[in-house]
Amino acid sequence: MANGIVLYTIAAVYLGISFIKDKHKTKAAVLSSWKMFRNVLPDLLAIMLFVGLTLSLLTPSLISSIIGENSGLPGMVYSTIIGSIAIVPSFIVFPLGHTLVENGAALPQVAVLMSTLMSVGLASLSMEQKTFGHRFAYARNVSALVMSLLFAFIIWVVMT
Amino acid sequence: MKQLKRYRFFLILLSGLFLMAFINQAVAAEAVQLTGKNILDMLILLPPIFILVGLLDQWVKKETLIRYMGEKSGIFGILFTVLLATAAAGPLYIAFPIAVLLLKKGASVRYIVFFLGAWSTVKLPVLVYEFTSFGLEFTLIHISFGLVFYYVTGILFEKMYSRQKLL
Repeated sequence: MANGIVLYTIAAVYLGISFIKDKHKTKAAVLSSWKMFRNVLPDLLAIMLFVGLTLSLLTPSLISSIIGENSGLPGMVYSTIIGSIAIVPSFIVFPLGHTLVENGAALPQVAVLMSTLMSVGLASLSMEQKTFGHRFAYARNVSALVMSLLFAFIIWVVMT
Repeated sequence: MKQLKRYRFFLILLSGLFLMAFINQAVAAEAVQLTGKNILDMLILLPPIFILVGLLDQWVKKETLIRYMGEKSGIFGILFTVLLATAAAGPLYIAFPIAVLLLKKGASVRYIVFFLGAWSTVKLPVLVYEFTSFGLEFTLIHISFGLVFYYVTGILFEKMYSRQKLL
C-alpha cells in the first residue's frame, strides 16, 4: 500500500495549496470529486462483487487446467472469453497470472487472459456506453481485444 | 427509488451470493473475502485520485489542456498522456469519468483513446511486479507493443469519432 500513501500525500499537498489560494474553487473541486465518486460507486460495487464471485468459482488450478501447455488454440479461445467478461485492476491481474503460470498454464494464454482482463469488459460495457455512446464503447473493446490477441501472438513467437 | 435502481446489478449479484451461500458455503465465503478485499483496496485508492481530478477540473484552464492533449500537442502530448495514464492506479473503468473530463477540457480523441489504452497497459505501481514475475522481455513487449498499438488506434478513432459526438 506504499503507492496509496504516495497518492494521498500528493492529493493532500495539492488540496492544501488549492485551499490557500481559493476556498471557493477548492470547495467546488471537492464537490465534483464527490459527485464523480457517487456516480461510479454502484457500477464499481457490482463489478467488484462480480469479479469476487467469478474468481471464487474459477479457481487458479481450474483455469490452469483449461489453459495448460498443450491447450493450443482452444485454450487461447477460453482464456480470451474468460478475460473479456470483466475488467479487473492490474494489481489483482498480475499476481493471478503469476499463480496461473506456476500452476502450469501456458504463457501466451496467460498473456491474452491478463491483457483482456485489464482492458475488455462485458460487465462494465453498460457503464462505458453511458459514458461514451455505444459505438465508441464497442469499438474500444474490440480494439483492446485485437491488441490482446496480437500481444499473445508476439509472446508465442518470441518466448515459446 | 432512483438511487436504488442504480444499485440493481449489485443487488442482483448480492442475491446470487446468498443463493450460493445455501449451495456451497466455502465458495460463498471465498467470494465474500475476495470481494471485500477488492472493495477495500478500491475505497482506499479512489479518494485521492478523484480529489486530484476534481482539482484539475477547477484549476487547469481549457487552453492549457489543449496545449498538453489537444490536436496539435505532438510528442509532448504523447508523453503527457502516458504520464497521466500510468501514474494513476485503479481499473480501467475509473478512467472513464476522467477521460470525459479531459474531453470536455479540449483533449483530442486521439489522446483520449491513447489515454485509455495506456491506462489498461502500463501501471507504474505494478510495473515492478510484472517485471519480477514475468521477466524483462515479457514486460517490454507488453508495454512497447501496447503503447504503439493504442497510439495508432487513437489516430484511427480520431478519423471515426468527433469530440462533440462523444460528449
